[in-house]
Amino acid sequence: MIEQIKQLVLKEIKLEMRNKYALGGILLYVVSTVFVSYLSFKKIINPSTWNALFWIILLFASINGIAKSFISETRGRLLYIYTLASPQAVIISKIIYNSLLLLLISGLCLLVYSVFVGNIIQDIRLFLIVLVLGSFGFSSLLTMVSAIASKSNNNFTLMAILSFPILMPLLIVLIKLSKNAIDGLENWDANYLLILMFINVIIVALSYLLFRYLWRD
Amino acid sequence: MKKNWWKILGALLVAYSIVAGFLFAVPAQFILHETIRNLYFHVPMWFSMMVVLGVSATYSIKYLSNSNFNHDIVAAQASNVGMLLGVLGLATGSVWAKYTWGAWWVADVKLNGVAVSMLIYIAYFILRGSIDEEQKRARVAAVYNIFAFVMYMVFIMVLPRLNDSLHPGNGGNPGFNKYDLDSTMRSVFYPAVLGWILIALWLMTLKIRTEKLKRKILFND
Repeated sequence: MIEQIKQLVLKEIKLEMRNKYALGGILLYVVSTVFVSYLSFKKIINPSTWNALFWIILLFASINGIAKSFISETRGRLLYIYTLASPQAVIISKIIYNSLLLLLISGLCLLVYSVFVGNIIQDIRLFLIVLVLGSFGFSSLLTMVSAIASKSNNNFTLMAILSFPILMPLLIVLIKLSKNAIDGLENWDANYLLILMFINVIIVALSYLLFRYLWRD
Repeated sequence: MKKNWWKILGALLVAYSIVAGFLFAVPAQFILHETIRNLYFHVPMWFSMMVVLGVSATYSIKYLSNSNFNHDIVAAQASNVGMLLGVLGLATGSVWAKYTWGAWWVADVKLNGVAVSMLIYIAYFILRGSIDEEQKRARVAAVYNIFAFVMYMVFIMVLPRLNDSLHPGNGGNPGFNKYDLDSTMRSVFYPAVLGWILIALWLMTLKIRTEKLKRKILFND
C-alpha cells in the first residue's frame, strides 16, 4: 500500500514535469489574478478585504489546479492504473500530490500577493499554519469532487458548483483563523484550529471510504 | 387502514398544531409578541427536513453497499422532499426575521447554513441530471450525497456552537423553553414536530411510489 502510494505520487510528479505548461499555466493564473486585483485595488489596508480577496483568489486557483487531476486522465491510463493499484492508494496518492501542488500555489500566491497588494499579516506563524492546513483541506476535498465531476458530461462547470457549497465550512473556518493571524490577536480561539483539523480528517476519511465506489465504470 | 394509521395521525397532529398554534395563549414577550407562534411552524419544518435528509443519506449508504436500485429512488426523492421543507422553513423564518430583526435576511451562521444546504442539494440534482447512465448516476450521486451530508452536518452542528448567532437558542439568546413557564407551548410544539415529520415521510413515500410507477411504465413500453 505504502509502496503503491509512493509510486503513484512519483508518477504524478513525473507526468507534471513532462508537460510543464500545465503547472506553468496554473502558476501564471495565480500571478495574473493577483496582478489584476492589484490594478483594481492598489494597496489594501483593510484586514477583512485583504483576507477575503486572498482566499477567493486561492479558492479559484485551487479549483483550476485540481480540476484536471481526474478530468484530464485518459480512459486508457485510468484502466491501466486500476489494474495495478488499489483504489485507496489511488485517492491517497492523488490527495498527497495535489496537496504538494496547492502548497506551491498558495506559497506563490502569498508571496506575490504580499508584494503587490501589501503585507499586513502580524502573526505570520499562525498564518502559515492556517495556509498549510487550508491547502491540505482544499486539496483533499477538491480531489474527491474532481473524481465525482469527472464521471459526468459537463465536468468543469460541475466541479465548481459541486465544490463551492461543501467547501463553505472549511472556508469560513479558514477565513476566521487567518483574520486572527492578520490582526495578530494574542488570545485567539484555539477551537477553530481543532475544528480545521477535524474537518480535514473527516474529508480524508470519507474520500478513503467512498472512492472505491467511484472509480470503476 | 392498518398500514395508514400514521398518515392520519400526522394529518391530525398538523391540523391540531395549526388550530392550537393560532388560538392558544402564548407568553407575552417584548419584540417577539405574537411572532413567537412561528415556533410551531418554522422549527418543525426544519426538524422534518433533517429527518428526510438523514433518510436520503442513509439510503445512499445502503445503495452503495448493495446496488439495489430502489434505494437510489428513495435517496433522490427524500432529498426532493427535504428541499421542499427547506424552502418552507426558509420562507417562514424569513417572515419571522422581518418582524423581529427588521430584515428578511441577516448575515448569521444559521442562515448561512440554510443557504449552503440549498446550494448543496441543487448541486446534487444537477449532478443527477448530468449523468445519463442509470447505474453510474445512482453510484456517483450516492457518493456525493454522503459527502455533502457530512460536510453539511459539520456546517450546521459544529460551526454555530463556536460563533455568536442572533438565532434563538444560540449565542446567549434564549430558546423557547425559557419563556414557556406553564408548558402550553410544549403541548403544541412537540405534537407539531411529530406531525410534520410524519407528513414529510408520507410525502416521501408518495414521491417514491410515483417514481417507481414511472419507471414501470417506461420499461413496459
